[in-house]
Amino acid sequence: MSALKGHIAQNLLPTPFYERVLPLNLNHSWERWEGYLSVGCFDNIEREYTAIRNAVSVYDISPMTQYRIGGADATRFLDRLMTRDMTKVAIGQVAYAIWCDDDGKVVEDGTVFRLGERDYLINVQEQNLSWFQDTAFQYDVSIADVTEELCGLSIQGPLSRQGLEQIGLKDVTALKFFRLVQVELDGMKIILTRTGFTGDLGFEVYLRPEHALAFWDRLMATKLSPRIVPTGSHALNLARIEAGFLQVNTDFIGSERCQRHSQRRSPFELGFERLVNFKKPYFVGKRALLREQAAGGPRWRTVGLDVTGNKPADGSLLYDGNREIGRVTSAMWSPTCKRNLAIATVEAEYGALGRTMQVDIWVTKELRIEKRLVSGRVVERPFYNPPHRLT
Amino acid sequence: MSAASSNYDVAIIGGGHNGLVAAACLARAGIKTILLEAADAVGGAARGYEFHPGFKVSGCAQILNLLRPEIVDALRLGDHGLRYAASDLATLSLLGDGQYLALDDKAALAQVSAADAENLPDFRRRMIRYANALAPSLLRQAPRMDFANRANVWELARFGLRIRMLGRRDMRELLRIIGMNAYDLVTDEFENETLKASIALDAVMGNFMGPRSPNSVYTYLYRMAGSTNGNRGALALPAGGVAAVMQALAAAARSAGAEIRTGSPVARVLVKDERATGVVLDDGTEIASRIVLSNADPKTSLLNLLGPEHLDTEFVRRTRHFRDRGTTAKLHLALDALPDSLRNLPKQGQARFLLTPGLLGLERAFDACKYRTVPDAPPMEIVIPTLSDPSLAPEGKHVLSANVQYVPYALAEGNWDGARAKLREGLIASIDTQLPGIKDRIVGAELLTPADIEAKFRLGGGHWHQGEISLDQIWTLRPVPGFVQYRMPVAGFYLCGAGTHPGGGITGAPGWNAAQAVIADLKTEPTR
Repeated sequence: MSALKGHIAQNLLPTPFYERVLPLNLNHSWERWEGYLSVGCFDNIEREYTAIRNAVSVYDISPMTQYRIGGADATRFLDRLMTRDMTKVAIGQVAYAIWCDDDGKVVEDGTVFRLGERDYLINVQEQNLSWFQDTAFQYDVSIADVTEELCGLSIQGPLSRQGLEQIGLKDVTALKFFRLVQVELDGMKIILTRTGFTGDLGFEVYLRPEHALAFWDRLMATKLSPRIVPTGSHALNLARIEAGFLQVNTDFIGSERCQRHSQRRSPFELGFERLVNFKKPYFVGKRALLREQAAGGPRWRTVGLDVTGNKPADGSLLYDGNREIGRVTSAMWSPTCKRNLAIATVEAEYGALGRTMQVDIWVTKELRIEKRLVSGRVVERPFYNPPHRLT
Repeated sequence: MSAASSNYDVAIIGGGHNGLVAAACLARAGIKTILLEAADAVGGAARGYEFHPGFKVSGCAQILNLLRPEIVDALRLGDHGLRYAASDLATLSLLGDGQYLALDDKAALAQVSAADAENLPDFRRRMIRYANALAPSLLRQAPRMDFANRANVWELARFGLRIRMLGRRDMRELLRIIGMNAYDLVTDEFENETLKASIALDAVMGNFMGPRSPNSVYTYLYRMAGSTNGNRGALALPAGGVAAVMQALAAAARSAGAEIRTGSPVARVLVKDERATGVVLDDGTEIASRIVLSNADPKTSLLNLLGPEHLDTEFVRRTRHFRDRGTTAKLHLALDALPDSLRNLPKQGQARFLLTPGLLGLERAFDACKYRTVPDAPPMEIVIPTLSDPSLAPEGKHVLSANVQYVPYALAEGNWDGARAKLREGLIASIDTQLPGIKDRIVGAELLTPADIEAKFRLGGGHWHQGEISLDQIWTLRPVPGFVQYRMPVAGFYLCGAGTHPGGGITGAPGWNAAQAVIADLKTEPTR
């Protein structure tokens, strides 16, 4: 594929699954994802969401930016870049990690696949090449953007394992949560991981673009295929809110892209405490994070809210009496939890579990707008965490 | 590795003049200080050595014009041997074939331009007034852009106030010209090409700047902020060369109780629990100290001696982007006698000689640095220190020392090993056309390109100032925004070299200012 030429002509690049996805995208709903075309909603968001929670959903994650990290210092480099202890990540393991700037503000989050002793794949929503390269100065590492060399599908839902077993991916049966395996299926080299962004049982497959259509066809030819539903980002977003996951540029802005310094967030402000290890050697942002701790901790907290009523609190401002104390960044009525959910950023003192506040919801009724001040309570995240996700 | 030596409060890496000033200041404050110098003698890039048997020079330094009088007084350098062989050098601009224009001679200048002769003293007085307003802030820590910190706000206010105190007219004029280029300024002021080029050469010397480069007026004012014997802008030749000043500084440091070890190159800074805890030498000797103060250039200090593994990404990025490629070469000639052409010049012992190709020629000469080519007849500043201090050469013989502006650090094609001899011969030929007969008197020569200066003096980039003096790399931005007060991100690690505020030249100011920062911090921090 003459990628660059097509890129300019069409503005956005089609993914390797485009040929199959195009006729199914009845809404012609396309979104931009780091230069690629990504489907928003094929036909019916309820059907797509229901597949995630009850059957099998297939989401095209080819636009995901991927960096292959190699070289003698690969592990040392990742340990310097990321806030968690990367020396403890075993071969075959997937690690969710974040990385910070000098001021201890989160640049982005992503998953790291350890494929070999000195072979890692970082999966991240947006491009981070210059940050990685500059962090690697004087380290013996190679950093290659392999986004165009790999495409992928996220196959999520309670029946996802069954679907993958039916196409002959036998390793899926025993694959544990946040583990990966590199397999070959009829000449297709596949990285199979048990990961996802839905909070459900789910897997991701990564393969060469030339095998994309063959893999798709194989999946859709299984006995289970009537229950396999191609899914767009809108339905996925509902599932990820239920799972309590944060979305970069929605729930927080990556610090390298932030226009306003005050909008950058530290790991502690985002609730990533468990991903920060102060005992390991120096990592980027450590001094700043220790300073934040010494100065009394984070200014903000990212919390899950249970909101009264059934109107999603999209973009709502949060109040304590007349005082504005925060903002909702993601919200939905959860069909599975039967709860009105929100993810919000609040001033740190309002972040404790059980704390209540007023949520200012604006409901549009045709041309009328109704303002409703309802109560919200800080609750545990994830909102939805079914046992079958881990078993 | 051998066992740690006895503990010091401060270990200083590098015995350049700023390291020596810092050592003397710290020792005088009762702080147990050790200075570690890689070479066999202190002095850094002004280290004295014989480039030809019996012929002595002071590394890159041929003139003393910036050393702060406050430091001379406080360290009683006079008592430690500082003497001037000449304290107010005249400037002769060479016009070829032994002809010259004496810029300090009003009558001579009036013959080529009556207007310039009238304006020059006034111009100098104005520049000195502006330099006076800037000078105090050069011997103080630069403020950080932290408006929550009262001391910072006060420092900014002091600076603003000093500018305001110039009076409305001078303040306006200073603010108008400070970011300007030297070409436009001298073109506005003067009509004689030689005079214009001479002032412009002083403005750009040592920096990656042509006369038309922005902010070359600031570098001129920086130069004018220096003084000798209370005389602003005056140029001096110390007895025994600038290297003798290094010895005076070392004597001041030693007499105050500082320990100085030469032949002790530092391999790296020791860091434990994200704090600098001392240094380890090339031979494995560990020296423990509460604070490590590095006189090495910022890149060497931070990226090689400390290491990026202790630093944040953006900080490393900014350190790497610090512009520090030198532009000035040094030529030393050993002469068995002076040619008549030189002997006929007036005040030779109390003068320096400028060789400029005119104002536009100066701008064009900058192309050699821009395009990394071997320069053809580059501008030079020449002194013959043996005329005022015969001890620097065998009896009756002389040393010619020249700063050669616009010699690139690296060549676009080929390397200096293949081109050094060609440049040296070119420079000699160029001097010979100005001062005929000199060529036949040469018995030894040394040419140091910026890359040679880097290697010989362990000065990364081989830059006069350890890094460009440009508006984006001075004051509250030098060497890295947010870290301008000598304290680096790793606790206990400080810089004191020319790569910090206010910059290079033999001012002693970075060493002095850094020592004040260390003294303040040691006072507030309990002994471990």
